Amino acid sequence: MKAESKRTLLDPIVENNPVILQVLGICSALAVTSRLLPSLIMSLALTAVIAFSCLFISMVRKAVPGNVRIIVQMTIIASLVIVVDQLLRAYLPEVSRQLSVFVGLIITNCIVLGRAEAYSMKNGPWLSFLDGLGHGLGYSAILIIVATVRELFGTGSLLGQQLLPLKSTGGWYEPNGLLVLAPSAFFLIAAIIWAVRAWKPAQQEKPEFQIRVVHRTEVS
Amino acid sequence: MPPDAATGEPGGPMKAFRTLPADSPVRAFAIVIAVCVVCSVLVSSAAVVLAPIQHENALKVRKRQVLKAAGLLDPGRDVVEQFSQMTPRMIRLDTGEYVEGDDPVDFDVATVSRDPDSSSAVPAEEDIAKIRRRPAEMPVYLVEHNGKVETIVLPVHGYGLWSTLYGFLALDGDGRTVKGISFYQHAETPGLGAEIDNPSWQGKWIGKHALATDGSVLLEVVKGEPRGEGAGHQVDGLAGATLTARGVENLVRYWLGEQGFGPYLARLRTTEGAPPDES
Repeated sequence: MKAESKRTLLDPIVENNPVILQVLGICSALAVTSRLLPSLIMSLALTAVIAFSCLFISMVRKAVPGNVRIIVQMTIIASLVIVVDQLLRAYLPEVSRQLSVFVGLIITNCIVLGRAEAYSMKNGPWLSFLDGLGHGLGYSAILIIVATVRELFGTGSLLGQQLLPLKSTGGWYEPNGLLVLAPSAFFLIAAIIWAVRAWKPAQQEKPEFQIRVVHRTEVS
Repeated sequence: MPPDAATGEPGGPMKAFRTLPADSPVRAFAIVIAVCVVCSVLVSSAAVVLAPIQHENALKVRKRQVLKAAGLLDPGRDVVEQFSQMTPRMIRLDTGEYVEGDDPVDFDVATVSRDPDSSSAVPAEEDIAKIRRRPAEMPVYLVEHNGKVETIVLPVHGYGLWSTLYGFLALDGDGRTVKGISFYQHAETPGLGAEIDNPSWQGKWIGKHALATDGSVLLEVVKGEPRGEGAGHQVDGLAGATLTARGVENLVRYWLGEQGFGPYLARLRTTEGAPPDES
């Protein structure tokens, strides 16, 4: 049982990462990662929401009839997101302003509903909590990597601290403007997917279509 | 059917539930109601408990923008402490006189504008900033030095492209020259309209002559870097955000005009530099 708990928690970080293997939650990964601090807060917010929504959904899973389960899941997830959003507005107003709608959009993050539906509805509260936590951490890991690269090379700073002196202020570093823009997150996530799949070939997908020459007579 | 099953109190009539079939609509309805009640209690208590802290933050955001517009913001120091150098006052818009009224710091212009007792409708032909209703009294924030008004910060708002822009316009003690502009709330498109928050664009406003000596509004937002005669009162617009920039122009012109702070500024110019209590 202990080994299972550990696997449930740690698997989603590398072996079954929600962003790079399941390719879910890309929207917010693009939108909030131009700076490290908002990414950290976003990671924290999503991890809290997913872990607790998995816990609560698992607790009520036996009472909820199958035909209304999605509504119940969404209600729980939405409530948790609102609570997290309210907390951020109260205690981290600056970051909350930067994240703007993206905290609210955790409701629609496919990872959260995906884990609720795929795991929490079938497993006990403790394992579901760990599963949610693991997936939150997996998402956070990617966000933090992408944000670190984007902020460091896009602006020469990290968490607002200037690490690479900019040319415009007399230093030597010419910031890469592309990294500040959202598409760069696509390239970085793609590079991470490539690297992880080269390291763990088991994650490579089988091609869905094999291109082959079809003879004219085979076409109906 | 037991009557208490339909009310579905959480944790209560579990026995009645068990006798219902798993796909019974009553059961589904009761469960959904129970979940919703629990969740709404959670959400509303979070909102109520955190409201005072959020209000404090909103005030802080406004104070920061007042200081920023006045060009006094030192990011390294506490905003509340820095704000203590400002003198907040309430004025009557139509006469331009100082009045004792609401708290000028904790003043939410959107709420006051909705209150029929303290605001009035703006006639459509005068409503260039599209604010619909205007409070009778508005706050101003002054920086005084040796008994002379050095900077006047005016709260301004008006419609942009998608949203109402709320901000501050700071004028020099002469009541004519722009010292700065800043916004604390808007929902314009990031990267286009939201560039009104860009410090380099806000910097272009500094030193412009907003008003002529007779009090008529000169300030304009134009396309392209202003040159020649008008350069003293024209500001370059924002590429890709013509409508937002026009909104900023309209709201600045409205609030500096006769309908806005015009009477107050006229009064200030005649008593130039005199402390506010004598006016």
